Amino acid sequence: MDFQLSDDQRALRSGMRDLLGAVFGPGRLRAAVERDGVLDRSLWRELGAAGFFALRLPEDAGGVGLGLPEAVLLFEETGRALLPGPLVATHLAAGRVEGAAEGEAVVTAVDADLPVAHLAEADAVLVGAEPLAGEPLTGEALRAFVAAARPVRSMDPLTPLHRAPAGTAAAAGRVSAAEGSRAASERTRADTRRAPAATERTPAHAGRFHCEATLLTAAEQLGSAVRTTEAAVQHAGSRQQFGSPIGSFQAVKHLCADMLARTEPARAAVYAAAVTGDPVEIAAAKLLADEAAVRNARDCLQIHGGMGFTWEADVHLHLKRAWIRAASWLSGAGAEELLAADLGAAGRLRRSSTAYGRRAPEAGGGG
Amino acid sequence: MDLAYTEAEEEFRGRLREWLAAVLPGLTAKPPPDDWPARRAYDTTWQRMLYDAGYAGLHWPVDAGGQGATPTQHLIFLEETERAGAPYVGANFVGLLHAGPTIAAEGTAGQRARWLPPVLRGEEIWCQGFSEPDAGSDLAALRTRAVRDGDDYVVTGQKIWTSHAEVADWCELLVRTDPDAPKHRGISWLAMPMDAPGITVRPLRTLAGSTEFAEVFLDEVRVPASCRVGAENDGWRVTMVTLSFERGTAFVGEVVACRRTLEALADEARRTGRWDDPVLRRRLGRLNAQFRALWRLTQANVSESQRTGGVPGVGGSVFKLRYSGLRQELCEAAAEVLGAADAFDLDRDEVLDRLSSLSYTIAAGTSQIQRDIVAERILGLPKGR
Ligand SMILES: Cc1cc2nc3c(=O)[nH]c(=O)nc-3n(C[C@H](O)[C@H](O)[C@H](O)COP(=O)(O)OP(=O)(O)OC[C@H]3O[C@@H](n4cnc5c(N)ncnc54)[C@H](O)[C@@H]3O)c2cc1C
Repeated sequence: MDFQLSDDQRALRSGMRDLLGAVFGPGRLRAAVERDGVLDRSLWRELGAAGFFALRLPEDAGGVGLGLPEAVLLFEETGRALLPGPLVATHLAAGRVEGAAEGEAVVTAVDADLPVAHLAEADAVLVGAEPLAGEPLTGEALRAFVAAARPVRSMDPLTPLHRAPAGTAAAAGRVSAAEGSRAASERTRADTRRAPAATERTPAHAGRFHCEATLLTAAEQLGSAVRTTEAAVQHAGSRQQFGSPIGSFQAVKHLCADMLARTEPARAAVYAAAVTGDPVEIAAAKLLADEAAVRNARDCLQIHGGMGFTWEADVHLHLKRAWIRAASWLSGAGAEELLAADLGAAGRLRRSSTAYGRRAPEAGGGG
Repeated sequence: MDLAYTEAEEEFRGRLREWLAAVLPGLTAKPPPDDWPARRAYDTTWQRMLYDAGYAGLHWPVDAGGQGATPTQHLIFLEETERAGAPYVGANFVGLLHAGPTIAAEGTAGQRARWLPPVLRGEEIWCQGFSEPDAGSDLAALRTRAVRDGDDYVVTGQKIWTSHAEVADWCELLVRTDPDAPKHRGISWLAMPMDAPGITVRPLRTLAGSTEFAEVFLDEVRVPASCRVGAENDGWRVTMVTLSFERGTAFVGEVVACRRTLEALADEARRTGRWDDPVLRRRLGRLNAQFRALWRLTQANVSESQRTGGVPGVGGSVFKLRYSGLRQELCEAAAEVLGAADAFDLDRDEVLDRLSSLSYTIAAGTSQIQRDIVAERILGLPKGR
């Protein structure tokens, strides 16, 4: 066991940070905000050229041939940099939707009843319970979909939103809290000694697309949580009141310490989930990363005082984005139900067959 | 990032599991909390069994009498012993986790040879005499005086909250050897024999009803100068070595135990029907995420120390801060699963756990002090009010 980044992984992450620093610095971020999040297509292509979307395609298919752990490191960086766009959906569509891998196409996805992001500029929309198995909406169908959708005045200036036409949300097939809770209480009454086949109820969430979308979104949340911690510490160390840096006051100092204490377990959870690909571990990663992103952004805002309440400071961009991501793919309620269903003898019965992808041959972890 | 254990690590785990399966059924029943002689015997017997099987001081360096195992093997050891329900380190805690490692790191060859083997063999028990009535979080304010007289120090003062003092053979004692120096610079670290004349131990009852710690009064106790580890007045630095051990690895087994408890709570709630309450269910689900993450964080910390080959660093403070709070939340959830009919019954382990857990945010550095450490030493914020 060696649960540390390899040298290659470190290099990949710092390469991504450098790239984003060069192509999406503070000026480009502000320009994106003033454009209401409308995407910069040349930037999208630059990401494509750098291999961001094709990262996990095999090399003989023109990809980079890397895996989920590496993808997670890159999405951590995009979350940190507040890079706008349907990055997760386009990354997952690479190799399935023409132009996605190269950054020529912008691909968004319908995710339950959440309004659809960047719909107006999308070249394809993923729909359905297992979106990559079916056909994405393109061409005429896409135009009809967009025409029927209603724009929402989005709270997040970096994420334009549209309400999908009625009927499409149901087809998106994410596990809702209600559904998850039904699943969990069915197991309550289920006789745990019954054959596994009889108690089986694979959560819709366990599908590959939703699992990966959930994990990559969690990675973005992690990056945002890391960034708001840094920003808070930086401000606390430089802003003076009562003749001292505010970071020397314990009330402020302890907020910062708690930010780190939320971030580091979330990081361990996200990285581990990327290695195992286990749906329950992914749910844990999302839950903790959502909490770290949202609460760290709020604490960062508080530490910035009046400046934190301005349009000019970046912290509101982190908070608004974190709120939207927290509602994406797997909500807190859904994650908690999944994690509850995993517990105890009933959880162990169900476990063996819901895992998808490779399972690390690991005996550890007390379960 | 590789979460898979190597073949050698799995082999180690397999041998350990076999050994545990063979010896654990033969253990006598756990003694009651207030029977200290029996507790000592129980804990030292277990330590002796570990020693005979080659598992004592697993991760200690070979020249300190240890097995020189890797941090990962040590992690596997802590995980497997906990999963198998093996005895907790108990009264051996200070010897194995604080005093021993300090002596291994800072002691002379003679001091290592004198003190380490009896700890590993389960023959001698240590306690920790750091805190004083007026020196808790502000440990460096300690006032217990040690005055040099020939080959001895003459020690006078009072220690408090000393766990296992009733059964200890030795005390790792912090004393003030230079009252005129700045407070961190006048402290020395002594190994004090607990049978020396002038020591009075007065047990203190905890809120759980048992006597886990004591007041220790020192009245002109003579401690040979050869029992000082490290240079005179260098005790603060020597102590910091100890504390980083305490915060780094002390909770691995407990995270495994918490995960087992959580599984058991879910089964219990399903049996009683409380599982139908979505608020309780989701609360347990959230704790599942938290403890899974703590386990992964432990693996990350262990991997890091394996790479750097160093002692656990300040990162242990992040872990301790998070763990101690979550352990308390787990105990609250357990009380809810038990329900009013059982939640106040001291014969239930969960009820005793709930009471014990109240100390976790206080002992070994309070959560407020941990936050100071995280903010100042990891995040680099200025010291201040
Ligand atoms: C079960 C148990 C076992 C123990 N075993 C041992 C042992 O074997 N040997 C030993 O030496 N000690 C032992 N201790 C003592 C333990 O280390 C101290 O209790 C602890 O360090 C706190 O010191 P205190 O009790 O004096 O509280 P105080 O330091 O008086 O703290 C009281 C409150 O004030 C807060 N506070 C204090 N200073 C600050 C600050 N600068 N900023 C913000 N808040 C602050 C604390 O967080 C706490 O909430 C044990 C304690 C317990 C509970």
